[in-house]
Amino acid sequence: MQNQTIFFKNDIKIENTATIVGPKEHEGPMGKYFDKYINDDLLGQKSYERAETLLHLSTIRYLLNKSHYKERDVDLCIMGDLLDEISGSNFTMRELDIPYLGVYNACATFAESLIIACNFLDSGNFKRIICSTSSHFSTAERQFRFPLELGNQRTPLSQWTCTGVGATLLNRERGNIKIDVATIGRVVDYGITDANDMGAAMAPAVRETLLAHFEATSRAPDYYDLILTGDLGEAGHRLLKILMEEKGVRLKDNYTDCGILIFNREGQDVGQGGSGAGCSSTIFNSFVYKKLLDGQLKRVLLVPTGALVSKTSNLQGESIPGIAHAVSFERI
Amino acid sequence: MNEPNKEYLELVKSKMPKSKHLLTTFRAFWVGGLICCIGQGFNDLYTHLWGNIFEEDEISTLVTLSLITITVILTGLGIYDKIGAYAGAGSIVPITGFANSVASPAIEHKREGVILGLCSNMFSVAGPVIVFGIASSIVVGVVVLIFKGAFI
Repeated sequence: MQNQTIFFKNDIKIENTATIVGPKEHEGPMGKYFDKYINDDLLGQKSYERAETLLHLSTIRYLLNKSHYKERDVDLCIMGDLLDEISGSNFTMRELDIPYLGVYNACATFAESLIIACNFLDSGNFKRIICSTSSHFSTAERQFRFPLELGNQRTPLSQWTCTGVGATLLNRERGNIKIDVATIGRVVDYGITDANDMGAAMAPAVRETLLAHFEATSRAPDYYDLILTGDLGEAGHRLLKILMEEKGVRLKDNYTDCGILIFNREGQDVGQGGSGAGCSSTIFNSFVYKKLLDGQLKRVLLVPTGALVSKTSNLQGESIPGIAHAVSFERI
Repeated sequence: MNEPNKEYLELVKSKMPKSKHLLTTFRAFWVGGLICCIGQGFNDLYTHLWGNIFEEDEISTLVTLSLITITVILTGLGIYDKIGAYAGAGSIVPITGFANSVASPAIEHKREGVILGLCSNMFSVAGPVIVFGIASSIVVGVVVLIFKGAFI
């Protein structure tokens, strides 16, 4: 460990992944990469919260089936979502006979769960860990914004919370993709108070994390075939490029953002793009994972970003702290 | 490091995309105008049908009720939020916007039960409007009471 950056002693490998997304995500440009999709985002349940839980549970079960494992074969699940008390994950794990750690870092939760899992696996105490995060448009709207049927206008800076779950099965033996380095971010808050402008709230945190990562690893942005931030959206992604240039680091065409990739911004009316804990996890576990397996990508830096906003603190005049963690993947 | 960074806030202000005011104003204008025309249409229709039964102010109450009923049905069918997303203030300012702001949280919170869910959250959006409406009517009432002579 060097300051914020961890160099894993053993190769932590990705054995398998699974993704299930909602109808809008399936219609988007990444639609063909997702494993499964649902047509009805209520899934015949009484509430959207239950639907999110069912979606999460189905993804974990699908990942287990796909990898021919039973619940007993997995040592730990590290999961999170955007609901109060991460209740979606808690209720998912009520159905499964696997030890569980719940984590929350808003939309950066996926990176947080990966970093914790990598350390546990690196220590040798654990053999197999599942990391997953979920988000659902309808539960997040209610949690952070207004009722669904309210006829209000979205601001041009707003982002669309993805409906979807992405799960990764990590271990030390099997798999062709390894995680070699990870950088844990610090909370950075430059005083943005507009809860709709999450890209601007998170961009400074991404800069801190990226600079710390490049310094500790002596790598340049060119080292990676793809640098993928969590969900800054179109405007936030442009803002980050400006911020990085101020520090003398140029992000070129190998840099993009999960929020931009998941939706067709013009056609799907999603503001600046996608967001949510499920955004980076679905994009990574489908599109990026498949490209890494194909060999089209060799090295990828995933930087999920989180706006640690709470509705209460925001009303009380607090600004929005941002966080970002970086995880580096490499094709073996 | 976590103090408000003025330079950054300026940068954000200058670089982030802004609302297209001309376009949104135009949309609000024509949809808002259309809703008012529909209201006037109801008024004319009711006057024509029941002009000899109801007084003029009773007819305006009937028009309001009709608009509210239509809005609540459209809200339940998931149509009004799409109108609102297009028109903005054009569909928020008329009485229909108020009806929508009461109906939508009611639908949303129905799942937590009738008393603690639906009833207690029904006015979560419209509450301030009601509070200010009642408070200002009291102020106006007091002013009228004191200066009654001046108005009559």
